[in-house]
Amino acid sequence: MADRPLLEIEGLTTLYGAVRALDDVSFGAGEATITAVLGANGAGKTTLLRTISGLVRPRRGSVRFDGAELTVLPAETIAGLGVGHVPEGGGVIRELTVDENLRLGGLLRRERAGRGAAEEIYELFPPLSSRRRQPAFTLSGGERQMLAIGRALMARPRMLLLDEPSLGLAPIIVAQIMSLLQRLRDDNGLAVVLVEQNARSALSVADEAVVLNLGRVVKADAAAVVGADEGLRHAFLGF
Amino acid sequence: MHRFIDLTLTGLTSGFVYAALALALVLIWRATRVLNFAQGAMAMFTTYVAVSVIDRGGSYWLALVVALVVGFVMGGVTERVLVRRVETGPPLNAVILTLGLFIFLEALAPMIWGGKTRSFPAHFSIVGIKVGSSHINLSPFDLFTLGAVVTVLVGLVLLFQGTNLGLRMRAAAFAPEVSRLLGISVGRLLTLGWALAAMVGALSGVLIAPVVLLSPNFMDAVLVFGFTAAILGGLDSPIGAVVGGIGIGLVLSYIGGYMSPDLETVGALVILIAVLMVRPEGVFAAAKQRRV
Repeated sequence: MADRPLLEIEGLTTLYGAVRALDDVSFGAGEATITAVLGANGAGKTTLLRTISGLVRPRRGSVRFDGAELTVLPAETIAGLGVGHVPEGGGVIRELTVDENLRLGGLLRRERAGRGAAEEIYELFPPLSSRRRQPAFTLSGGERQMLAIGRALMARPRMLLLDEPSLGLAPIIVAQIMSLLQRLRDDNGLAVVLVEQNARSALSVADEAVVLNLGRVVKADAAAVVGADEGLRHAFLGF
Repeated sequence: MHRFIDLTLTGLTSGFVYAALALALVLIWRATRVLNFAQGAMAMFTTYVAVSVIDRGGSYWLALVVALVVGFVMGGVTERVLVRRVETGPPLNAVILTLGLFIFLEALAPMIWGGKTRSFPAHFSIVGIKVGSSHINLSPFDLFTLGAVVTVLVGLVLLFQGTNLGLRMRAAAFAPEVSRLLGISVGRLLTLGWALAAMVGALSGVLIAPVVLLSPNFMDAVLVFGFTAAILGGLDSPIGAVVGGIGIGLVLSYIGGYMSPDLETVGALVILIAVLMVRPEGVFAAAKQRRV
């Protein structure tokens, strides 16, 4: 087989009690590719990310990352393999300062370049730079999302899982985040799995798209193909 | 005036011991959201271990180190073996567990060491220092107590604020799930948190024992005062625990000196109830900020 994708998901089934949050999900996500995972509330998008990063154990199926089977590993080990996960709302630790949040992200890296790495993030997100010593609860929603993404980038991940990064943010900030993702894809070869309810903005930057409905894959194809499929858009994406 | 100074010095010294125990309670609360009612009993146990080291000819310093190490191990094992099983259940399970451990340890100690009250040797004199022609209520051992607690406080501040390990421990306590996503082994750090807390508790036991005499329940009153101090300062705030501990020590000393020693425990209870009524989150808690 030629060129296997960085992330390969096969027959993934995750249960919450009797509810099948994910039902036989299979798709792949490659390096230097933005893969959008779309669908309505309750489609299983968040569960998918949580299963990949090891916070939830699947009932069946496999998740392979660069050949390693993730479904048997604890979340902290998976993070160490180069999987960054920005949970819904960012998961910024409010009691810690901006700088401490960033430092936490950098602790995963073996090489001791913490300080320089943080400077790179501050250059990427100038609003954070002036608030380094402030506790994270003082940040606005957009700044928190920047901090969360910056913290994940501190670990130099090979793949970034993003859960609704645009939720509750002004359109201009959403646009900034989307163009940042494109830049990381092009410059660093980062694999991005982007979970979004806001299908229109996600499709505008994505290369591939997976549409979930009630835990099942409805369609997995190039983002342009999914965006052009009017029936699909009306039925599952709401635009 | 002389009496006021004496009472202040006495209150300060016992306040530092209450602060140490309150700090132990706060460390555990912050890490695992468990109120460790066995904190005092664990410290009682390690103090008995220390006194048996001395009985066997060991030095005071060896006994102190052994007590701290036993406390550290005891705290870690308690978290790993017992507390971990109840962490996911309703909070009442953890309360019952630590109460059970409290009763178990206070029953076990007399089986090993006998139930009689006995003295605990202090390495330094517990007679007040002579200033001019009169003795003041501050002995060399009191100075040792103050120094030991301050050393532990400074050490903890350096650990939590100045090292990556401390940063990891704080993160694991505040946001366990997010911490795991950042590659932090949360379980191990919670064990370490309990171990450190029990070690601080063990120190408080060794420091108060020469003053109050050793018996299987000699730490019960200290636990009540330490608990009051922790509630006063806010269970989430290490600084609050220290300030609360010193404050409780002073207030109880004044109550004991100017009114009656019998009223000390009642005084602690009154403070506890007053805090719970007026500001249940504690004086130093950041509870308001956390709701953002």
